[in-house]
Amino acid sequence: MDDIQLRLLKEVADLHGVPEGAYNIRANGEMAARNTTANIDIVSKTDVSGIDIYIKAGTKNESVHIPVVLSQSGLKEMVYNDFHIGEDCDVVIVAGCGIDNCGVQDSEHDGIHTFYVGKNSRVKYVEKHYGSGDGTGKRILNPGTNVHMDEDSFMEMEMVQIKGVDDTERVTTADLKAGAKLVVRERLMTHGEQDAVSDYVVTLDGEGASADVVSRSVARDNSHQTFNARITGNAPCTGHTECDAIIMDNAKILAIPSLEANDLDAALVHEAAIGKIAGDQIIKLMTLGLTEEEAEEQIINGFLK
Amino acid sequence: MLELKNISFGVDGEEGKKEIIRDISLTINEKQFVVITGPNGGGKSTLAKLIAGIEKPTSGQILLDGEDITDLSITERARKGISFALQQPVRFKGIEVYDLLRIASGKFISITDACEYLSEVGLCARDYINREVNSSLSGGELKRIEIATVLARNTRLSVFDEPEAGIDLWSFQNLIKVFERMQETHKDGSILIISHQERILDIADEIVVLAEGKVVQHGPKEEILPGLLGTSSAVNACAQLKGGEKA
Repeated sequence: MDDIQLRLLKEVADLHGVPEGAYNIRANGEMAARNTTANIDIVSKTDVSGIDIYIKAGTKNESVHIPVVLSQSGLKEMVYNDFHIGEDCDVVIVAGCGIDNCGVQDSEHDGIHTFYVGKNSRVKYVEKHYGSGDGTGKRILNPGTNVHMDEDSFMEMEMVQIKGVDDTERVTTADLKAGAKLVVRERLMTHGEQDAVSDYVVTLDGEGASADVVSRSVARDNSHQTFNARITGNAPCTGHTECDAIIMDNAKILAIPSLEANDLDAALVHEAAIGKIAGDQIIKLMTLGLTEEEAEEQIINGFLK
Repeated sequence: MLELKNISFGVDGEEGKKEIIRDISLTINEKQFVVITGPNGGGKSTLAKLIAGIEKPTSGQILLDGEDITDLSITERARKGISFALQQPVRFKGIEVYDLLRIASGKFISITDACEYLSEVGLCARDYINREVNSSLSGGELKRIEIATVLARNTRLSVFDEPEAGIDLWSFQNLIKVFERMQETHKDGSILIISHQERILDIADEIVVLAEGKVVQHGPKEEILPGLLGTSSAVNACAQLKGGEKA
């Protein structure tokens, strides 16, 4: 891998080199490196582009890294990655995509991730998106995430996109059986002329299932964001969705949280708030010696932490 | 140390220009503990904001250690040694108490250092250091954190705008102790407090009474305080609790 690809790898997966445990690194549309372990197997798909990741039942404290880096302008790819997680596992999965586009053609990576989370398993999923390069070609990422959670499983998803991606349309769907719990923490910052759409459709099918979907975002310059979260309760369950956004400059934000209860004991809540940085927040930090710009950065960093 | 020369401040109201501060000249000397009191609407908070740079005077001059700071921004004044505790503390989503204290001190401080500032204002540090400065904190807790940020800055001049507002009686007793300790340990700096509270007035070196935008009295506590007792300029916290006077 070249320097640009290594830098992208660092941004999206906090990796300084080859990770420990199982991994599959994809660079410019091809497999650059792969490692499997006794409990985690990675197999290339034959019908479409992508991989199957098999995690054996009872696998604990192991991780899988599957970063993707693109540094070739004009490359467009559609990749399907399926995670088959057995029962009673406790694993961390780190995905992410970095695009560097110095050319004039658009570069695009559309990754469709499907998770089958076994009974009683715990999964932490981290996904970071990052773009760089000063070409006029767009950096486009359209991730799709489908989660199927078996009874009493737990999944925490951390989705971060802070910088450099021009267009993104993220669609996440999840269905949960009895006792399953899903926690989503999304952090998004858009700037320039960027356009970001984030769609969540969560269905709580089993008794005691619960979901907590929280998005915090900052829209700067002329960027545009749409947050669309829908939680459906088909059983006695609890669901909460929250969208909290800071609007700056000439940005536009549309937040559409929605709830559907099909059971008397489905307890569902949504919250949405959009506002600019409060003047008194800036003043307070200025009285502590920060400049107006430093104060703004502190407020945004804290908000997106 | 701080000198206000012929300061006036007005705002445009429905009935033309409204004068809030009228030609005030006032000197706060080094190592002094000064309390500004007076009836509501007298211009006390506005004066504090003018000193911190949040408002700019329509005329007059503000000098800090002889240097004209009238046209300096809030940031520049803060860096020159003015701290300001707001009457109504601000909430921040995501910023933790530790972050705020770190920003306030202007350098890297350890968790232990940060905890000391919190203990100083009567908060059990361990429980608060990693709390977000958001709406999960009560008004009283926020107020104490606000005061802790001023302690962390340790500057030449510390200005507190009604530090007792929103604090319960028990905490109020501790607040008095915080100021007494500041007086002892912070020997080089001056403290300026806007307050109606008799207990705070009682620990002042000097008292300034502000009414209708003018200084109507200014002198040593011994001289001024007796005349204020029983008026709205020197409220007894216990009487207030019994449903008596409101600050």
